Amino acid sequence: MSEPLFSKKNIKLLSDPINDSNPITVQVLGICSALAVTAQLKPSIVMAISVTAVLALANVIVSLLRNTIPNRIRIIVQLVIIAALVILVDQVLKAFVYDVSKQLSVFVGLIITNCIIMGRLEAFALGNRPWQSFLDGIGNAAGYGVILIIVGFFRELLGSGSLLGYNIIPESWYIANGGFYENNGLMVLSPMALIVVGIIIWVQRGRNRKLIED
Amino acid sequence: MDRNGNTYTFIYAAVMVILVAAVLASVSMALKPLQQKNVEIEKKQNILASVNIESSAENAEKLYAEKIVNEYVVNVNGEQAEGDAFTTDLKKERAKDAQDMLLPVFECQTEDGLKYVLPVRGAGLWGPIWGYISLNEDMNTIYGANFDHEGETPGLGAEISSTPFEEPFKGKTIFDESGNLVSISVLKSGQVAPEEHSVDGISGGTITSKGLEKMLQDDFSSYKEFLIKKKS
Repeated sequence: MSEPLFSKKNIKLLSDPINDSNPITVQVLGICSALAVTAQLKPSIVMAISVTAVLALANVIVSLLRNTIPNRIRIIVQLVIIAALVILVDQVLKAFVYDVSKQLSVFVGLIITNCIIMGRLEAFALGNRPWQSFLDGIGNAAGYGVILIIVGFFRELLGSGSLLGYNIIPESWYIANGGFYENNGLMVLSPMALIVVGIIIWVQRGRNRKLIED
Repeated sequence: MDRNGNTYTFIYAAVMVILVAAVLASVSMALKPLQQKNVEIEKKQNILASVNIESSAENAEKLYAEKIVNEYVVNVNGEQAEGDAFTTDLKKERAKDAQDMLLPVFECQTEDGLKYVLPVRGAGLWGPIWGYISLNEDMNTIYGANFDHEGETPGLGAEISSTPFEEPFKGKTIFDESGNLVSISVLKSGQVAPEEHSVDGISGGTITSKGLEKMLQDDFSSYKEFLIKKKS
């Protein structure tokens, strides 16, 4: 353990998934929940935080146990750990942010099936030390969360004219009040999330030469 | 010990499951009171919404205490019965025989006078739907309605909990001129019914709309005697 906590290699674990190997835009994992919860900004943020908590903790726990887990049941062990953490998150949300938990409804439970989490446990936590696994978990969840929040931002702004529930577009702009503007109802529906994700992928590949395929 | 052996695997799995179960059970017990409080507040908000009073999670309790002046349960004969209206579980009451059913009533003092709030519960397409209907003192005219659902399809059946669906209920009447209970019909396009007893259904949400219509019919008829008694 002579390596400093934030060595270059460790920082890379944290920053890589946000851009170069982003779980959503590069690995195309966890798309389902990215479509479902991003109609508004608040659930997107809560979902991002929930996934961060689950992924970071699951990574650390699996990494701590990695030398004891019987190989033949390792997937089941991982699932039990993820499921237990997700239930904890769900219970906490129900107790402290009830309205958001109602909005997220089944999607909190579906964190269990989010392939990003299983993928990181299998690919990283099983073979690395707890601290590195923790950073990897935070990094990947942040990469996922950033996309969720960007999508949620645009969908709520253009679809409902508000952010976090506060009206952004002035009332007088609306056609109903004699203005010229109308909210785009399509933004609220899930297909637009896919299109927004598509645009993000386009912009990202345009700016990041490493991601351009021949 | 052989980490790939059966004994190790079994012991590992057993210990893990017991540990996880213990942790989950204790967290669930610790958070239960807070969660129940949230459910209660939501119910109060829904009741207030049916008399067109908007409330937030913060002020719902205060408003509820202020506006709801009386709450009691009645039986199908319209007589007041023993029981607590707020904690009466409509799901359990519906399963009982008609004679033993307890029906909650909430009396609410608003700017437009005294209103009677009746809870309703029925089945939608995917799961239960429920709501609160408030009636004017004539026990006939609807003052407001609030519906909610467990898992109806967003954009289709789930629209029953949206204002554009709930708004048209206001001012509709549930008794016809000769005093028969006709409830409120939820119509598909092309269907005709007296305007004062019907609202438009939801396109693409026909089964939910019909479920809601049946819910109103069933529940108004259980309250029928109470309504008639109060009316006269």
